[in-house]
Amino acid sequence: MSDCHDGCDSSRRDFISFTLRLTGGAVVMVAGASALGSSEAPKSVGEAYDWNEHLWAYLVDTTKCIGCGSCVRACKAENDVPEGFFRTWIERYVVGMEDSHVDSPNGGMDGFAPVQVGFVATKSFFVPKICNHCRATPCTQVCPVGASYRTKDGAVLVDAESCIGCGYCVQACPYGSRFIHPATHTASKCTWCYHRITRGLKPACVTVCPTQARQFGDLKKDGDPVRVAIEHDRVQILQGHLLTEPQCYYTHLDKEVR
Amino acid sequence: MPEITGFAFPNDIHVTWSLMIVMYPYITGFVAGSFIVTSLYHLFDRQEFKPVARLAMATSFAFLLVASLPLQLHLGQPQRGPFVIITPNPTSAMAGFGILYSFYLLVLVLELWFVWRPEIIDRAKRSRGFARVFYSTLALRTYDLSPEAREVDHKAIKILAGIGLPAACMLHGYVGFIFGAIKANPWWSTPLMPVIFLLSAAVSGIALLILLYQVFARIDGRPVVATCVSALASWLWFFLILTITLEQLELIVMAYEKSESWIIISQLLTTRLAFSYVTVQMIVGGLIPLILLAVVVLMNRYLHDKVRNTLATVAALLCLIQVFAMRWNIVIGGQLLSKSLRGLRSPFEPEIFGREGVLMAIALFVAPFVILWVFDRVLGIEEPEGGVADGHGPPAVPPAGAPAGSHVP
Repeated sequence: MSDCHDGCDSSRRDFISFTLRLTGGAVVMVAGASALGSSEAPKSVGEAYDWNEHLWAYLVDTTKCIGCGSCVRACKAENDVPEGFFRTWIERYVVGMEDSHVDSPNGGMDGFAPVQVGFVATKSFFVPKICNHCRATPCTQVCPVGASYRTKDGAVLVDAESCIGCGYCVQACPYGSRFIHPATHTASKCTWCYHRITRGLKPACVTVCPTQARQFGDLKKDGDPVRVAIEHDRVQILQGHLLTEPQCYYTHLDKEVR
Repeated sequence: MPEITGFAFPNDIHVTWSLMIVMYPYITGFVAGSFIVTSLYHLFDRQEFKPVARLAMATSFAFLLVASLPLQLHLGQPQRGPFVIITPNPTSAMAGFGILYSFYLLVLVLELWFVWRPEIIDRAKRSRGFARVFYSTLALRTYDLSPEAREVDHKAIKILAGIGLPAACMLHGYVGFIFGAIKANPWWSTPLMPVIFLLSAAVSGIALLILLYQVFARIDGRPVVATCVSALASWLWFFLILTITLEQLELIVMAYEKSESWIIISQLLTTRLAFSYVTVQMIVGGLIPLILLAVVVLMNRYLHDKVRNTLATVAALLCLIQVFAMRWNIVIGGQLLSKSLRGLRSPFEPEIFGREGVLMAIALFVAPFVILWVFDRVLGIEEPEGGVADGHGPPAVPPAGAPAGSHVP
């Protein structure tokens, strides 16, 4: 058995000093500046735009939508949305007392051909859908690097230059509004045409809507029609039970719509 | 293009989390499950697990080294993967991965070092040239194997096992949490999810060790200890009962309370997942091993060693399939279901080649066994018979830096 008086002390000293040297070389100090709470404005923003002066909201009147698909086509053209993916789409509901039928062929981009259903339909309507730009949105909560964020003026955006493409936000969105872009391999979604709204324009889908079923407004502006409607009319939101606080409001929403 | 039954939101037809996200919980499950087995010996002094304790620890380590690869392979922008650690978003559960992974890796490496210290020192003393530099570096130039030093080692092992067990459970429970806390998806969103993941991790870990133990015993020409196989089979049975019970409870609650999602989930299970859920996860991988293990446990003393080993091995193989099916049905199944709760997409077929393909998944599953083999070559998984300190004689030349007086007699 080894004698362990002086030997052990020196052994311990050697051990500690050697270990410190070994691990010391491996320690890399990383400045962990969290991406959360970044106050930098997103790119492609109009000059002299101040996001503190606005709070955007979207309003859909489902009774006005005629399912023409102009909005979907405009969105595709404006934002170069890849085929098979949608930043906005239209759903058609054919509803009877016994059953219901819902479809959205190619997101409603080409309009809707007549449909035969095997039950007595008593009502039919279209429902435009986009990202709800939720105030308490799970998509930004789950983003592991803070690449998904909500701007001060209420838009939920993705920084494609820091998105790692994990797809967690796609899973977390209850509305199916997000997708992984097949070319950039990063998360993509409706931005309310942020490049347009910061230049005093409306989102492309709102601009082209022939019936004003889609409206876009500023909650910080007195007398704004969208603000007035949200303030005074009966408005609904999608999947309210999930408490995501959507900023896309609906009027005349049917119970069938989720 | 996938076919849709009913109505799916247009973006919901894409399966964003594919085979790599199935492999990720499968692999981390082995990490946690193996560590549970090693802890039964190192922490809870269950002597019947002694023959597999070191193998279990090495297995946990081997799978841990591979555990982050499926995530990395899955990322759309893999070069930005380190952002999760460098600039984490504190509100994201996924951002916790780096911390949990690094912490468990640290604890496991430390514990491995204390457990394998005698072998490292032995090899440091016996080898020459580069191997000597390698082993003496691994030994951190401490060569003290006195009973007092070994006593300190044992204490350290116990403390590290005590920290490592919750860390391993956290690492895997966290994977279940990632799914269980997605309120958008009713097939995932349940507080039971982390628990089910953890229990099935124990199932996969113990099942794998039953198989590995037989293989390593055969390679090393050692006898398979009957009490060890019986103990592993008992614990496998226990965890399998818990896993299947909870998996069923989750469904029964949904069905009984007639939750809004039950209609679509029942369709999912009986159509798209009829084979992978009902046949594979519940019958082939659930019911059959449950019966086989019941035979092993309840009729243990009447069983011939060969019969016991065969029954346990077959049950273990089926359990491995069960757990894989469970991961598949959760990850892929949850994406066949549209969040419209009105439609299902056609079954997902993974690509063969690609970064997230079947071949990559096989490679990922094989890699830990290669690591285990290397581990065995470098350090030796099993303790040499008679122990390293006594039976191998003194080294030819004491290694540089070895203090006088600290040699093993």
